[in-house]
Amino acid sequence: MATSLSAPAPQTRPVTEDFATAGFEWFGELGAFCGRVAKAMFSFPFEWSEFVHQLDAAGSKSLPLIALAGAATGVVLSLQSRASLVRFGAKSMLPTMLVFSIIKEMGPIITGLVASGRIGAGIGAELGSMKVTEQIDAMEASAVNPYKFLAATRILACIVVLPLLTLAADACGILMGWVANTLSEPISFQLFINNGMNGVAFSDFLPPTLKTAVFGLIIGTVSCFQGMRTRGGTAGVGRSATSSVVLSSLFIILADVLLVRLILVFFP
Amino acid sequence: MEPQPVVVKGLRKSFGEQQVLNGIDLAVNKGEILAILGKSGTGKSVFLRLLIGLEQADAGSISIRGVDTTHLPMERLNEMRMKVGFLFQEGALYDSLTIAENVAFPLRRHTKLNDSERADKVRALLLSVGLDKDLEKMPSDISGGMRKRVGLARALALDPEILLFDEPTAGLDPITAAEIGKLIQKLRQERNVTSIVVTHDMHAAHYFSDRIVMLKDGNILIAGTFEDLEKSKDPFVAEFLSDAA
Repeated sequence: MATSLSAPAPQTRPVTEDFATAGFEWFGELGAFCGRVAKAMFSFPFEWSEFVHQLDAAGSKSLPLIALAGAATGVVLSLQSRASLVRFGAKSMLPTMLVFSIIKEMGPIITGLVASGRIGAGIGAELGSMKVTEQIDAMEASAVNPYKFLAATRILACIVVLPLLTLAADACGILMGWVANTLSEPISFQLFINNGMNGVAFSDFLPPTLKTAVFGLIIGTVSCFQGMRTRGGTAGVGRSATSSVVLSSLFIILADVLLVRLILVFFP
Repeated sequence: MEPQPVVVKGLRKSFGEQQVLNGIDLAVNKGEILAILGKSGTGKSVFLRLLIGLEQADAGSISIRGVDTTHLPMERLNEMRMKVGFLFQEGALYDSLTIAENVAFPLRRHTKLNDSERADKVRALLLSVGLDKDLEKMPSDISGGMRKRVGLARALALDPEILLFDEPTAGLDPITAAEIGKLIQKLRQERNVTSIVVTHDMHAAHYFSDRIVMLKDGNILIAGTFEDLEKSKDPFVAEFLSDAA
């Protein structure tokens, strides 16, 4: 009797199918997480002291880095744009170009991306560490809702501080843009600002600044979610911190595209 | 008649394909110290987590002080949790808070004590577990034994009627392990609390428990006093006892 020596081919699922399943599971779990946090957020009493603590952790402790990033952006924009504008005989447009670039896009997106690294990694690692050392379980066992105490306070703090940090980044960017410009061609700060703000409407400033509240929502939600679902000891904590930053940054970039389009619809 | 503090009927729990608990029936009497023994991975800790509602049972019922907790809404479940203290294996202290703040955490959230009253209560709780100094130290600056004592003080903060201990003597030297055992007995004498202690340490279980339940393959293999276990002819029980000798 003839027998086949070859083993039957294993039935493997395509990698794309596994990836899709994992993606659907992730979004499903994220939806359930958001539901729990939203329910906890609007239930009495609110954790004010933890919220204030998180405002400090996410806000004032991120301020130096965000300010530095904003300042560097202003300097680079000024240096890079100057040569091009001189070539086209539009040197006098530099302050306007700088102010528009910073307040409409560079300030908000730089703030969002830097904050996703600074705040997102911090939240992901902190909650991940709390998860693997059973601190979140201990909180739940002592009848304290971790979705309220840990997640809701951090998400709200991110939503509040991102626009404020954006203001700081915008201010530092414009100030250092002026400094970089003045080193090449001295100009008073008042004249620079007057030129820069010429034609800037409230609608140029407010929607881009407030859109960073959505970036804050993304950073807080994704980082808390990744942190609170950590598994696998210290290696898992590292993975949570990294994935918090990567996913937050990715969603911020995608959200930025949508929000810019939306802002252009409502403020053409 | 006052209901038994803990009554478990037909409790089942699985994780994916792995059946961890396969129909546990158990009742614990008021003031009793019950030890649950078994090899690693037999579902001892999962059993405790099911009791406090940190895991959802697949089937069966858990009754705490006469109330079925398996399908309680969160508010009612939290009311139950305030009557049950849980000492986690490594203490699970909040590492951003000092020792005193850790013990004060449940008091701050569930009582109306003012700052001075709360500080007094924290000192009294820590004193009751043998700690009267270094209250402002961080959890990372104290030993494993001290962390468990602080965890126990935190578990006692809301004056629970039931205490759950997950491996309270694991990783401790024999002297500190014996001290923890004495604490468990002292709590019964002073507060008449009901204790369920998960451990793989037969020697410790013999020392502080009234009754021992041994789990194997998700089922209760044997339940009784240490003397009942000694009389058992089961090779698994004999192996556990020989290790304790």
